[in-house]
Amino acid sequence: MKSQPILIKGGRVIDPAGGHDARADVLIKNGTIADVAKTIAGPDGARVIDASGLVVAPGFIDLHTHLREPGFEDKETVATGTRAAAKGGFTTLCAMPNTKPPADNPATIDYVLRKAREDGVVRVLPIGCVTKASAGKELAEMGELAQAGAVAFSDDGHPVGDDNLMRQALAYASAFDLPISNHCEVDELFQGGVMNEGWVATRLGLRGVPNSAEEVMAARDISLAALTGGRIHLAHISTAGTVEIVRRAKEQGVAVTCEATPHHLTLTEQAVLGRLDDNGPFEPLTTASYNTYAKVNPPLRTRKDVDAVVRGLKDGVIDIIATDHAPHNRTDKLCPMAEAAFGISVLETALGSVLSPVHGKAVGLPRVIEALTAAPARILKRTDIGTLRKGAQADVVIFDPDASWTVDTSKFVSKGKNTPLEGATLKGRVTATIFGGAVVYEAKA
Amino acid sequence: MTMPARARKPEPYAGAAVALPRKHVLDLDDFTLDEIETTLQNTDAMREVLGREIRKVPTLRGKTVLTVFYEASTRTRVSFEQAGKVLSADVINVSSSGSSTEKGESLYNTALTLQAMNADIIVMRHPHSGAPYFLARHLKSCVINAGDGTHAHPTQALLDMYTMKRHFGKLQGLKVVIVGDILYSRVGRSNLWGLTKAGAEVTLCAPPTLLPPDFMSTSRQHHDHPFANVRVETNVEKAVEGAHVVMALRLQLERQRSGHLPSLREYSRMYCINPRRMALAHPDALVMHPGPMNEGIEIDPEVAHGARSVIEEQVTNGVAVRMALLYSVVTPVPSERRPS
Repeated sequence: MKSQPILIKGGRVIDPAGGHDARADVLIKNGTIADVAKTIAGPDGARVIDASGLVVAPGFIDLHTHLREPGFEDKETVATGTRAAAKGGFTTLCAMPNTKPPADNPATIDYVLRKAREDGVVRVLPIGCVTKASAGKELAEMGELAQAGAVAFSDDGHPVGDDNLMRQALAYASAFDLPISNHCEVDELFQGGVMNEGWVATRLGLRGVPNSAEEVMAARDISLAALTGGRIHLAHISTAGTVEIVRRAKEQGVAVTCEATPHHLTLTEQAVLGRLDDNGPFEPLTTASYNTYAKVNPPLRTRKDVDAVVRGLKDGVIDIIATDHAPHNRTDKLCPMAEAAFGISVLETALGSVLSPVHGKAVGLPRVIEALTAAPARILKRTDIGTLRKGAQADVVIFDPDASWTVDTSKFVSKGKNTPLEGATLKGRVTATIFGGAVVYEAKA
Repeated sequence: MTMPARARKPEPYAGAAVALPRKHVLDLDDFTLDEIETTLQNTDAMREVLGREIRKVPTLRGKTVLTVFYEASTRTRVSFEQAGKVLSADVINVSSSGSSTEKGESLYNTALTLQAMNADIIVMRHPHSGAPYFLARHLKSCVINAGDGTHAHPTQALLDMYTMKRHFGKLQGLKVVIVGDILYSRVGRSNLWGLTKAGAEVTLCAPPTLLPPDFMSTSRQHHDHPFANVRVETNVEKAVEGAHVVMALRLQLERQRSGHLPSLREYSRMYCINPRRMALAHPDALVMHPGPMNEGIEIDPEVAHGARSVIEEQVTNGVAVRMALLYSVVTPVPSERRPS
């Protein structure tokens, strides 16, 4: 691709893969990173972007996105989802296979890749099903899915409940050196729950999901990974107990990786009461209670869990940040809690959310960027993305870590306006996103 | 009785009833003690109307009350209907079977349709917790919760409290034991809010599997916790000792299948309110049950129909309480008393 060279001048360049964190210029030519140096003179015809006071980092990689296409185009499409991603600083999305039809066959993988080429503005890497139709009965044709371009396997939303089938899946996938991302949730403990188990659920009369629903399966998956030598990736972990289980497994050298979402790093079950703070758990309910926008699976937990997840991210027990971007349409949430769909539209608020523990001094900015770039690239075994090394793909995000803004879902590019953050003030905003050497998003000045 | 300072001139048709500064009755957690007491006083006024030869007053003439029941109900729906009719409201009953809900219409769209019919008050029962809050958020009508999922049943709790107060003259210091399926009981939850606000000493009694998990833990020890002083007791003999009121809750018969109980027989042996257990209670103790009863499981027929049972009186009082609440929500109060 012949495109105009871009010179990004004067930003704080943070590239954890290359161990770089200093003020520098970044030159992009022909879709790749041409140079990163203290001062670069722009070649003739280059577009110069002034990044002084801003952070320049590799484009973010999201290992867990629901693009909904094919089958649920009312919730999101590749076109809208990739544009929302660009607005949020993401240049690579791994698309979950729970579409209609599900991506348990090469044709659906092909379709997603074609849509990405035709309608997308950032990279889309499809994830294939673990089991046929994600029904948890028989393995999907994982070999063919891998050949078609699947970068991982997951039955996300439907945990692989059968212990032996999970064992076989991990063993089988190890032939392709691809990870299995599992949504850890023991169905018998989940029991149709809609939020975290505890006082808030009790007072709302809602069925709660105990921490054990996640922890029991996380422990099982780790045991099976150790048994088979397969690669297990635990999706969206939410409890202090799971963080400890993963910590111990890593100490023992098991090939386990895991992710945390922006919402599990910042929000608690109080969001179901319609509050984003820790106050008022004993105050009377209001008509803002039963906030279906805070219904997500796994559920938002307690402050103790959020703190443990942030600590896990800081320590590296939690490898990556992934969004679990789960767009829904209006009617999916405009109903009582029990009927509402699970999920939050995350891509456009992710950066503002994950910088909150950075501003709170609970975790460093380079570590957060690593969890959005170098770490997911390692799981994908890609050396050409998630870094600003010379020769890498020119996927770059430029953001202002201190810019405050108010979440207004009417301005979302995503079709999914479903977020408990409507009206909240976030600190940290993307100013430009470059994918493959081309500017795919630029904030209005 | 001295009238409360803020009382206005009595309404001509409904005795001395006083309006409440609220538009909705969703649960008792947002009732002040003052509002609870006012409601119980208003209920006295309504009972007087029900005792007249001609049980009809024009208080709510021209007002439309819709009862919208998404769950089967006899006593609550009929109770609201009668309450509305005695007050001369136009009461229209909507049930989910045979309605647009069966055609797949969402609650939101059904609600907008009902509002477009100019309902002044919507009385709703719904199998999902929080459904009346959803209505109250989206509609202009007054909403009264007639039972939502496993969350709340405020009118039942108020009629229970009214019944207790009639017999003992006060709620403060009254020893009330609630026995049964606390985990799933909206009646139990609303009584808990109301009774603790009124200063009753509440004991919850159930096997641990039928208690909210956080009630078994230390979370209630937080000094601000509204139920910090509620006693939780898994042994029914210990729980009922000296009690002024023993309230048995209905046991959903599927609890055995869902693994909460080994058998109904064992539950009955260990928790049924029978004459032997009632003998441990206060000599003047009342037996209550929100109905419908599973006689022989959570309550012994001899107790249910015995001298201490006020179960039928609960039903009569229910009409009066609902009259008081229907009156309260649609009657305007001076603007400074409206919550902001």
